[in-house]
Amino acid sequence: MDTKNQHIIIKTKDLSIGYASKKAQTVIVSNINIELKKGELIGLIGANGIGKSTLLRTLTKVQKPLQGDVLINSKSLSNYQAEDLAKVLSLVLTEQITAKNLSVFELVALGRQPYTNWIGNLSQNDLTIINKALNQTNIDDLKYKKCFELSDGQLQKVMIARALAQDTDLIILDEPTTHLDMYHKAYILKLLQKLAKETNKTILFSSHEIDLAIQLCDTLIVITNNKVVCDEPCKLIEKGVFNTLFPKDLIAFDEKTGSFRVNK
Amino acid sequence: MQNQKKTYTNPFLVLSAILVICFFINISLGSVYIPLKEVFNSLIGHETSQEAWQHIIQNYRLPKAFTAIIVGSGLGISGLLMQTLFRNPLAGPFVLGISSGASLGVALVILGSGLFGGIFATLFISKWGIVLAASLGSFLVLLSVMMVSLKIRDTMAILIIGLMFASITAAIVSVLSYFGSAQQLQQYIFWGFGSLGNLSWDELFILFLIYALGIVFSIFSIKPLNTLLLGENYAKSLGLNIKKSRLIIIIATSLLAGTITAFAGPIAFIGLAIPHLTRQVFNTASHKVLLPAVFLFGAIVMLVCDSISQIPNSDYTLPINAITSLVGAPVVIWLLVRKQKMVF
Repeated sequence: MDTKNQHIIIKTKDLSIGYASKKAQTVIVSNINIELKKGELIGLIGANGIGKSTLLRTLTKVQKPLQGDVLINSKSLSNYQAEDLAKVLSLVLTEQITAKNLSVFELVALGRQPYTNWIGNLSQNDLTIINKALNQTNIDDLKYKKCFELSDGQLQKVMIARALAQDTDLIILDEPTTHLDMYHKAYILKLLQKLAKETNKTILFSSHEIDLAIQLCDTLIVITNNKVVCDEPCKLIEKGVFNTLFPKDLIAFDEKTGSFRVNK
Repeated sequence: MQNQKKTYTNPFLVLSAILVICFFINISLGSVYIPLKEVFNSLIGHETSQEAWQHIIQNYRLPKAFTAIIVGSGLGISGLLMQTLFRNPLAGPFVLGISSGASLGVALVILGSGLFGGIFATLFISKWGIVLAASLGSFLVLLSVMMVSLKIRDTMAILIIGLMFASITAAIVSVLSYFGSAQQLQQYIFWGFGSLGNLSWDELFILFLIYALGIVFSIFSIKPLNTLLLGENYAKSLGLNIKKSRLIIIIATSLLAGTITAFAGPIAFIGLAIPHLTRQVFNTASHKVLLPAVFLFGAIVMLVCDSISQIPNSDYTLPINAITSLVGAPVVIWLLVRKQKMVF
């Protein structure tokens, strides 16, 4: 199984990200070369406005790369049709869903849309996968609740279950811990760690919870002043990457505890 | 959704039964009193004791009842499609400018006939002239909205553009009204009241054909509509082609609401209220349940409203447009107050 674990799910080749208009290109980060392996939990870290969202949008084909390429399962992202991409990549977004009248089961079942027929009938196989996703995220007892009855933490678990039901090699989450209390932040990230191990899926999330990410992730992608570093958390600490993350006037990284401290 | 099929069978059976009952009540009521037994006789093809009754039922009340079913269900379904597409509880079948387009067409024919000259006018103010003008008007406005919508990424912008087109057409109608004669104005206002009773079997047949096509498009949009419940970004990540789905949904709405408006006038309220009524009763967001439920509710409400507007055993017929709002609005208010919460 060791060789299978080394299988690379997503890879970027000299990727430049940013925005292009007719007149000019605004490059936000360039020369991004990362490789994410199967069954890994990866955290994406960086200050506000540094380009985390832009990177995620480029990796998920919401916007085009300025240069270079993104490969999923060795196939260029630009060669994926929307319905094929939906079978290898699922998302958990920051936006709230508006249809709160859906039951938890119905919402998770929508993850099966890429596989169902023209009217969306669920096969026995679909039901098995949905129930497994509910089980893996510990929300069996919420199955028939309506979404407006759920707390933010429960809702986030439901959205993760929906992504699991989509049955993709890669799950990308955009700041899954915002709006959550400290306990639920840890709970959600711990759950993601468990899911990556159990299901052998690659799970990439962006977050501002740097200390939690250092403790839980297999790999961290850190975006600092126009540069992207991708390595194991302890190696990144050794290299002193976290000290370059923010301006130094207010907070400093404490290597012993792996967390930030306010300057006294 | 295996476990859900069971729970929804009973309400559907009850609603279907109510629909059938309303259908018969609708046919047996009218300005002329016809005994219930004779109504049944006529429907199953037997002779009635008075020949006039046979004629009234078969050539007047029966097509009117079918029209009511088509109008109620068609407007209800197009309202549902628009509310989900725009994620807006205030959307209805006419947000894309269908009724304003139709009213512009009709206003041009009725009010503008003075401008075009006499012979031309009499030719156009026939029944088919009005239908043609209404269809052409709504088609042209829709076409403009659709052309713009193909270039637009944001679905909400389409909503605003539809409203802008409605404002433009309303302004043109105002100008035409200002120059119109009192008689022309009355004729235009009467068209605006809506009417279910003027259709012959031939006209009903054409209405039904286009309506059926619209229903087929609606059924094919059930899956995209369910996906769109998650919002467009999630829908895209599930592999949904947003622009294509949007087009199918808009085509379905225009076929349904467009022809209904052309044949029966701009019938208000039903398209907006029926989907809300249905959601309150069925308490689900799945369009596989909502679509047939809206069909049944729309047909029932329209049959009831038509029966009321006839004022049984009198010679008066109230405008159907007034009745739908007078009867329907209190019901929706009552439902919302009773449940204390809007389900959307």
